[in-house]
Amino acid sequence: MTMTPSERAGRLLGRTTRRRAAEAVVRTLIYAAGLLSIVILLAIAVFLFVEARKSIAEVGLGTMLTSTQWFPTGTPKIFGFLPLIIGSLMVTGVALVVFVPIGIGAAVFISEFSAGWFKEVMKSVIEFMAAVPSVVYGFLGVAILIPWVKATFGLTSGMTALTGGLVLGIMSLPTVISISEDALHAVPDALRQGSLALGNTRWQTIYKVVVPSASSGIFAGVMLGLGRAIGETMAVLMLTGNAAVIPTNVFESVRTMTGTIAAEMGEVVFGGLHYSVLFSVGLVLFGITFVINLAADLVLERQRKRWRR
Amino acid sequence: MSDRNRRARNARTVEVVMKVVTGACVALVIGAAMLILGKIVISGIPGISLEFLFSKPGMGMRAGGIFPIIVGTLMLVTLTAVLVLPLGIMAGIYLAEYAPKNVVTRIVRLSIANMAGVPSIVYGLFGLAVFVLLMQIGKSLLASALTLTCLTLPVIITSTEEALRQIPSDLRQAALALGATRWRAIYKVILPAAAPGIVTGSILGLSRAAGETAPILVTGAAFFLPKLPDSVYSQYMSLPYHLYVLATQVPNVPPEITWGTAFVLVAGVSIVSMIAGAWRSVQRRKVKW
Repeated sequence: MTMTPSERAGRLLGRTTRRRAAEAVVRTLIYAAGLLSIVILLAIAVFLFVEARKSIAEVGLGTMLTSTQWFPTGTPKIFGFLPLIIGSLMVTGVALVVFVPIGIGAAVFISEFSAGWFKEVMKSVIEFMAAVPSVVYGFLGVAILIPWVKATFGLTSGMTALTGGLVLGIMSLPTVISISEDALHAVPDALRQGSLALGNTRWQTIYKVVVPSASSGIFAGVMLGLGRAIGETMAVLMLTGNAAVIPTNVFESVRTMTGTIAAEMGEVVFGGLHYSVLFSVGLVLFGITFVINLAADLVLERQRKRWRR
Repeated sequence: MSDRNRRARNARTVEVVMKVVTGACVALVIGAAMLILGKIVISGIPGISLEFLFSKPGMGMRAGGIFPIIVGTLMLVTLTAVLVLPLGIMAGIYLAEYAPKNVVTRIVRLSIANMAGVPSIVYGLFGLAVFVLLMQIGKSLLASALTLTCLTLPVIITSTEEALRQIPSDLRQAALALGATRWRAIYKVILPAAAPGIVTGSILGLSRAAGETAPILVTGAAFFLPKLPDSVYSQYMSLPYHLYVLATQVPNVPPEITWGTAFVLVAGVSIVSMIAGAWRSVQRRKVKW
């Protein structure tokens, strides 16, 4: 049976209509998926707050943020975040001392002093370091670094802020190096050549021209490394000893915000006050990392615009 | 004249010194990576045997193997992949092909960048509050997979968008000029061309998810289970959590069991991501637009 021309036209039309309809359905799905990230990020903030509400009402956010003692299961129960916040900051501070100089130094060498094949090798090395799970870093710290810190500094326990911070510093290196290296790489070659043509050495060019031009990207890399360090859980949980006392130096055991949530969430009554307090800790943590990430992203965006001609 | 010579010589000395200093930073990074890899391989290999890989843990985890733990991890990652890949790839297509240049798109991008920086334990809290308790899924494979879906989403979106952006617009315009609708041009022409990049990015994202401990700690990973999970509503055992348990919670575990577990985890995660990365660079070299 053959089709008349009008039948064929009709069928073609049907196909077009069908495809248009499919197009509309798909477009709706894709737009929905595109907006999903906003929804999830908002939902995280909202649900942290919802679950933290009980503790904010019963203990008070101001009291929690300024109390210096953390006795979640004692009588009376005291929920002071200061030991945890200071613990997190101290560990992160140690990490910062490790990853800022080494990370930026390594990025400068990879971007400015090394050949193409070496860049590829370093890319694999950095990918490997980023792929190793945090619990493995924690385990290696337990096996290698805790005994080393104990023996080297003559301490009674190797579980200190220093131990956690050193491992966190190493864990943050891939982030800092890859973002700083990208920033250095994005500096137009014309700037380098101009500086060299004026008689500067390569180091003078790097120091006076390339690094200042890439400074915002390097800053963003440091911020993201910082965010990673503050938010890291397993390694610090396994390495810092988790004593909830305000530390006076890096050779003492500390308890971080992340470690507290991970260690105590298994033992609380769901919906109870302690449960809610842990969500308040999560809310503080979320707030801190949100500000850090936002700052890093705004800086990176500015840098991207700068070299777009 | 001699003053100028001295300055030039000083500048050259500084250059050499700084080359050595920055080179030392790189050496430290390589040294750390070598130490991590070497220690895990050397201490891990002796514990690896067919029996270790295919038997259950015994004697309070001080003997036997890690079979149920490997299976639990694979189930969790598979379920996460099923959930996150369609969502992440569609969101990537949105950003690369549909997103208008406006404030909403800017906010979407900010959200994605920000999601990537939210601490994993905060995802755990979110998963506990929403999936485990509010939606009453309970501590289970499904609750953990949904939590890891949220955590992995930004990685999948970013890598999909990047892969799509590398396809030259000639291809898109040719398809549209032949009368294809926008979606058909994407589906028939652009997606197949971008597939290697999308697949690699997805594998990298999922291998990160496989190594996460903190989010599954509060949403369903079990300390010990006598049998394998039989549905998505069961709890499960998982490699990263098991390593944490062996390293810190159980005293007197023979070192070859702990190191063997660490070796399996690192080998699984890093070999998969290295192969994926290498495959992507081969594909990139093969296709020249």
